[in-house]
Amino acid sequence: MFGWEFPPHYSGGLGVACEGLANGMVECGASIVFVLPKRMPVNPSRMRLVFADDDKTEISLIKYKIIPSPLSPYASSASYLEEMKKNTLIETKIYGGTLAEEVLRYASRASRIAQEEEYDIIHSHDWLTFLAGIEAKKISGKPLFVHVHATEYDRTGGGNFNEFVYAIEKEGMEKADKIIAISQYTKDIIIKYYGIDPEKIEIVHNGIEMFKECVDMGKQKLHSLKESGNHIVLFLGRFTIQKGPDYFLAMARRVLEYMPKTIFVMAGSGDMERMLVSRSAELGISEKVVFTGFLREKERDEVYAMADIFVVPSVSEPFGLTVLESMDRGAPVLVSKQSGVSEIVQNVLKVNFWDIEEMSDKVIAVLKYGALKNQLKNYARQEAKSHSWHKAAQKCLEIFGKYC
Amino acid sequence: MSSVCFYFQVHQPYRVKKYRFFDIGKDHNYFNDNSETSLNNSRIMERVSRKAYLPTNKLLLELLNRHPEFKISFSFSGIYLDQLEKEFPEVLESFQKLVATGRAEVLGETYYHSLSFLYSPSEFKAQVLAHKKKIQKLFSVTPKVFRNTELIYNNDLAQAVEKMGYVGILAEGADRILEWRSPNFLYQPKGTQKIKLLLKNYRLSDDIAFRFSEKSWKDYPLTAEKFSHWVSSHNGNGEVMNLFMDYETFGEHQWEDSGIFKFLEALPEHILSHPDNDFVTPSESCARYSPKGELDFNDFVSWADEERDLSAWRSNPLQNDALEQIYALENEVISTKNKALIEDWRRLQTSDHFYYMCTKWFADGDVHKYFNPYESPYDAFISYMNVLHDIKLRVQELCVPLREGRTQKSIK
Repeated sequence: MFGWEFPPHYSGGLGVACEGLANGMVECGASIVFVLPKRMPVNPSRMRLVFADDDKTEISLIKYKIIPSPLSPYASSASYLEEMKKNTLIETKIYGGTLAEEVLRYASRASRIAQEEEYDIIHSHDWLTFLAGIEAKKISGKPLFVHVHATEYDRTGGGNFNEFVYAIEKEGMEKADKIIAISQYTKDIIIKYYGIDPEKIEIVHNGIEMFKECVDMGKQKLHSLKESGNHIVLFLGRFTIQKGPDYFLAMARRVLEYMPKTIFVMAGSGDMERMLVSRSAELGISEKVVFTGFLREKERDEVYAMADIFVVPSVSEPFGLTVLESMDRGAPVLVSKQSGVSEIVQNVLKVNFWDIEEMSDKVIAVLKYGALKNQLKNYARQEAKSHSWHKAAQKCLEIFGKYC
Repeated sequence: MSSVCFYFQVHQPYRVKKYRFFDIGKDHNYFNDNSETSLNNSRIMERVSRKAYLPTNKLLLELLNRHPEFKISFSFSGIYLDQLEKEFPEVLESFQKLVATGRAEVLGETYYHSLSFLYSPSEFKAQVLAHKKKIQKLFSVTPKVFRNTELIYNNDLAQAVEKMGYVGILAEGADRILEWRSPNFLYQPKGTQKIKLLLKNYRLSDDIAFRFSEKSWKDYPLTAEKFSHWVSSHNGNGEVMNLFMDYETFGEHQWEDSGIFKFLEALPEHILSHPDNDFVTPSESCARYSPKGELDFNDFVSWADEERDLSAWRSNPLQNDALEQIYALENEVISTKNKALIEDWRRLQTSDHFYYMCTKWFADGDVHKYFNPYESPYDAFISYMNVLHDIKLRVQELCVPLREGRTQKSIK
């Protein structure tokens, strides 16, 4: 499996999905060689301890192979260059100078691993690992499955495709024996924008890791705001066009006209952050908008538990793992219809991301009508239980089974 | 003798349009959606009239003329008739012609097709009375047999309806009440003296209403001949076969191309070809047959879904909350004496609103989804509660000047 780093070091859904699927497959009796890129720390002593070039760590039946690389699942050419600028001389010598160079370097390192290891199938997660998967297939002749969690179409909100990224995505999809899409929504995009035969694409919806511990409400920073009678409306995700944070602010302004005692929490980080801060000032609502920065797992569980409603106004969302998380953790959800997750969940509210009036009306309804809020909370928690990673992993293995 | 008793339910609600929180206090027209969606009441009435009401009425009139022994009965909700009067007079006329034959009985029900019996005896009575007046006005007949919304029924209802002067009442022939007994006889409701209970034969009724065009059904295709044979086979162990169904079965639920009209056209002839068969209306049935025993409906039974209980309207917190809130307004709304407000409040009692909020089908059946004009039960609840909010504001506005007036007087 060519995947991505697990929690708590991940940023975003891809790491969660890789962890969920890998653990689920192991539960079903599969064994996995898990290859992932990991940033080489500047401190050499730590490097030797944990991140050595040929580090082999065995935990249960997953064997980890780490390739030192600054690749991250949401890298773009610009963000990569910016990252590299910040880095020391040593690093720039090892890594590719541009994102394109680094992706090629990563693929060639992967092919070395592909020669050394034994495996029956190759499973690649998103474009940055597709070339590695293709290399491995060339060497071993084993079937290649590319798992599509997001496409360039989603990342750009349907706008300017990066040709380099698009070409790799398309090549991966074409050379794969089978494509696994995480939703019908994503399958449709693959057919429409990548010209792939629908027969070649299987859908495996994501799952959810059930929440186990109780959240201690006392610890929260936002607790006092809530205590003083404010409603909490939550946004949680990267601040990028894809996630629609600007629609969230437009909705906030409308809701505040009617429900002034409401705080809009924006949890996350990303390239739109500065723009969003100034936008909220322009709208005259900056005192009602709280930016928390990027939240780790535990902190996220805390804000879910505290929120009166979690709004996911994504412009294009291949799946939307946070929706399942929130359903399980107890915040009622309003999700855009332009999302994969909305295909499989019932006990949430749904809206077109551009329809600010409808979005605002639904947020107000949840804040106003206790019966609605409670039913969404309780029914969604039950419903989330039926979407497990175990089920998703099982479905993947069934697809693989036809090839070996 | 085996009698066939047809009863057709004819009803269309005033669906609440997409009503936003921002509309509260500004817009008091709750039922005037004019979009291309199925929230547009006129649009639905137009479609169903064209596909179902008009062609079926035409056919039934022909059949009544052709077969002097053929008989049927209808129950119209008051708000259905209101919609006909306002926009579809030709449909109303075609119903009036059927009733004028004297062989199409009209039953009594609540004007607003409401669940009022479950919440307010006074409101229930007011709606039954209003309905009776409406039927007298439009059809010049007085209902003698009663059927409650969606055949919701229990002992208390039979007792209350008997006191209001009805000779018969309809209910679902649910297995859990009948046990070993047959639905093809009349019964005596527990705790009543005279009123008789007519039970729906749900197997035969649903063969027409639900299974008619189901190709996977072992008896598909259903012919008039086959159906009449089933009816005749009850001869000797049943007196009356009650075939109760939605009138929209003909042309709307079962489309014309399913052959439903041809089936209906051939049915009277085939039924009557057996010398021991005939047709009766519900009140004739009550006059002709005696009860075969007492039946005890302690819990509510209805004709909805597999459960045949109240769960289609009262199985989740949204439904319960909406129902409790609308009926909690009764005294305040009535005391305003404001006709438009009272009318709107009553239209909001129609059972369909709560049916649209049902979440049962998330787990199993898809019937609710088919009949739900909203994208989700949550959407249905949100529009409904926003409207209710507006109703509350109107009540306040009408009450406040009154109170102020009184205070001023007392100061003087």
